[in-house]
Amino acid sequence: MSDASLQREPPDRPWSALAVEWLREHLFSSWTNILLTILSIAFIAAVVPPALDWAVFSAVWSGETREACLGEGKGACWPYIAGRGGQLIYGFYDAVERWRVDIVYVVGAIGIAWLMIPRLPGKLWVGLAMVFAFPLLVYVLLSGGLFGLPIVPSSKWGGLLLTLIISLTGIVVSLPLGILLALGRQSELPVIRWLSIGFIEFVRGVPLIMILFMASNLMPLFLPSGWNPDKLLRALVAISLFSSAYMAEIVRGGLAAIPKGQREAAAALGLGYWRTTLLITMPQALKISLPSIVSSCISLFKDTSLISIMGFFDFLQVIKAGNSDPAWSTPNTAFTGYLFAALVYFAFCFGMSRYSAYLERTVGGGKVGTGKA
Amino acid sequence: MSAQDDTAGVLPPERPPRPWPWEHGRWRGLLLQAVVLAAVVGLLAWFAANAWSELRTFGYGFMDNTAGFEISFKLTDYTRESSYWDVLRIGLLNTLLVAGLGIVLATILGFVVGIARLSPNWIVSRLAASYVEFVRNVPLLLWILFFYLALLPTLPPTKQAISLGDALFLSNRGLFVPKLHWGDGAWTILAGLAAGLAAAMLLTRWARARQQATGKRPPDLLMGAAAAVGLPVLAFVAAGMPVTLEFPELKGFNFRGGLAIQPELVALVLALTIYTATYIAEIVRSGIEGVSKGQSEAASALGLSRGQRLRLVVIPQAMRIIIPPLTSQYLNLTKNSSLATAIAYPDIVAVFAGTALAQAGREIEILGLTAAIYLTLSLLTSLVMNLYNRRTQIRER
Repeated sequence: MSDASLQREPPDRPWSALAVEWLREHLFSSWTNILLTILSIAFIAAVVPPALDWAVFSAVWSGETREACLGEGKGACWPYIAGRGGQLIYGFYDAVERWRVDIVYVVGAIGIAWLMIPRLPGKLWVGLAMVFAFPLLVYVLLSGGLFGLPIVPSSKWGGLLLTLIISLTGIVVSLPLGILLALGRQSELPVIRWLSIGFIEFVRGVPLIMILFMASNLMPLFLPSGWNPDKLLRALVAISLFSSAYMAEIVRGGLAAIPKGQREAAAALGLGYWRTTLLITMPQALKISLPSIVSSCISLFKDTSLISIMGFFDFLQVIKAGNSDPAWSTPNTAFTGYLFAALVYFAFCFGMSRYSAYLERTVGGGKVGTGKA
Repeated sequence: MSAQDDTAGVLPPERPPRPWPWEHGRWRGLLLQAVVLAAVVGLLAWFAANAWSELRTFGYGFMDNTAGFEISFKLTDYTRESSYWDVLRIGLLNTLLVAGLGIVLATILGFVVGIARLSPNWIVSRLAASYVEFVRNVPLLLWILFFYLALLPTLPPTKQAISLGDALFLSNRGLFVPKLHWGDGAWTILAGLAAGLAAAMLLTRWARARQQATGKRPPDLLMGAAAAVGLPVLAFVAAGMPVTLEFPELKGFNFRGGLAIQPELVALVLALTIYTATYIAEIVRSGIEGVSKGQSEAASALGLSRGQRLRLVVIPQAMRIIIPPLTSQYLNLTKNSSLATAIAYPDIVAVFAGTALAQAGREIEILGLTAAIYLTLSLLTSLVMNLYNRRTQIRER
């Protein structure tokens, strides 16, 4: 018996018959199903057209002031977003110096795209450059003070720039730190194990806001009185430490999923702890936990919005402040602002999760520990 | 075989050189631990030395002082003259209130959406999937701000409040609901409820025994529900109806009487609910998908309908997979409720680690205590979780 005899569909049926069968199977298979279909269609009909109308068809697309957006039956006020564009992208960065931010954006985008497109060569070097050289470039360019660049204090950084700086720093720092913490938690050395457990459980047991409060209130107390570290630096330390505890648990989950035979085989080959970890277990563990690592990065990206608690003007905070700007006060301003912010966050987060799904299909698809991976 | 081999056997065997202490695994481990421990202790000591002027006066004596500020939303007595302990109590209660409401609502919504995602109906499953994908990819803080600053202000003002049977009023000043007044003898109702629940539990046990013995199960759920509802009602009537409802009434520019639920609380609970529900939905979905297909095929071979299959066969088994990540979502929700600070809902972080800290100084004491409370909550949860896991683990045959 071949598999072909089990196929129900003769290949030459007209598409209309197939469509009807699909509809019957997926929408009208039973009375409850029919009811659900009708209810869902009614729901969609009630929600989608008005929402689309508000956001697109009745929306105001051009204009210079709030007057353009006032009036009966008008929808979203997009000129408001356009008017805020500079602040959303650059924060309060001095207008004449914005080219520096542009360079950072362009270099960052090229570097990240290079790393994300599998076909491009030289991943290792580009990756090293992005992890070590790029942050240095960002720091020198954005802060200034060197090469005759005027100093721009970090209190003026804001908008999308700040959101991206914090999330990228968090991701780049938390991954290696998380790996070390995960190894520490798995370690046979009790002191290291208990210190790792203590750190991880403390950070995971406390809300991020508490960590940020500690960074802004406690950190200055525990450092020598003259130090007074930059507020942005404190936020970066707080976010990175917070995120690394979560990363550690993800990596630990990956390590736990590696069959014991892998470690035993490595020991039989005479590999020591570090070589076993670096060459055998960690690559496989990272591969398994790739989806969780990406979703942790997504969480980190969303969590950066909390730094407004410390008084920063990140992307969301710029929107929030703009919504209450009397110059653009209309009934639709707040909705337009939050819709735009939601779309931007969604684009980043959804993009990351799609990319992770793509990686899973192409790179991480093999089963671990079967020798085929 | 050859002479050379023989002579090799005679030569003294070449011993490997003795390893140095740091090359020896155990010594190296001890050394590493000593170095790490010294570094951590040194760092802590350095921190302590820097903060010595603060640490020297460490103590919770200041908590008895009068706080002197008002709190906009409180479940129990609090006045301007109350102490910082009272501030802590009010804040903690408010946190627990938000977390409790959020957990109940998010669980309901999450289960509905999670099951809807697996629906054979294509439109329903697509709708559920779009909801999950959109809501979870937008920061929680944005949802909170959206509800609080964009959506709730569009509600009608107090005078034109949306009312439901003149008992519930929804306006841009919040939600007004009837308030319960506990009179004398109200405890009998609680006693009735306890007795009813105990009776229901006994009934279930009896019904299970009957089922084992006769194969037929008496309608224990129905009888149990009747006992759990009927006994408190009986007690309520017997004690002379000690509990009365106080309805909110429009007086002047605001409502008097009843229980006022602030817009902050409404926005926070709404946002926490829709956001956490997406995570719960994914947990429920993967839990149900984790139950092997043979289970539901066997159930349908026995003639069970889709609803019965889900309720009697799949979900009880899926719960084993669902419960652990579900608990960690509950914890996340509780921790996320600290975003209340952003809209000035007086939860523990806003009112104790925020207002009280700004007023009393005392950063180390206040932040330490708040962190300790959150840690206690998470440790308690994981303790209960571990007990549950031990009870429900599948015993391999």
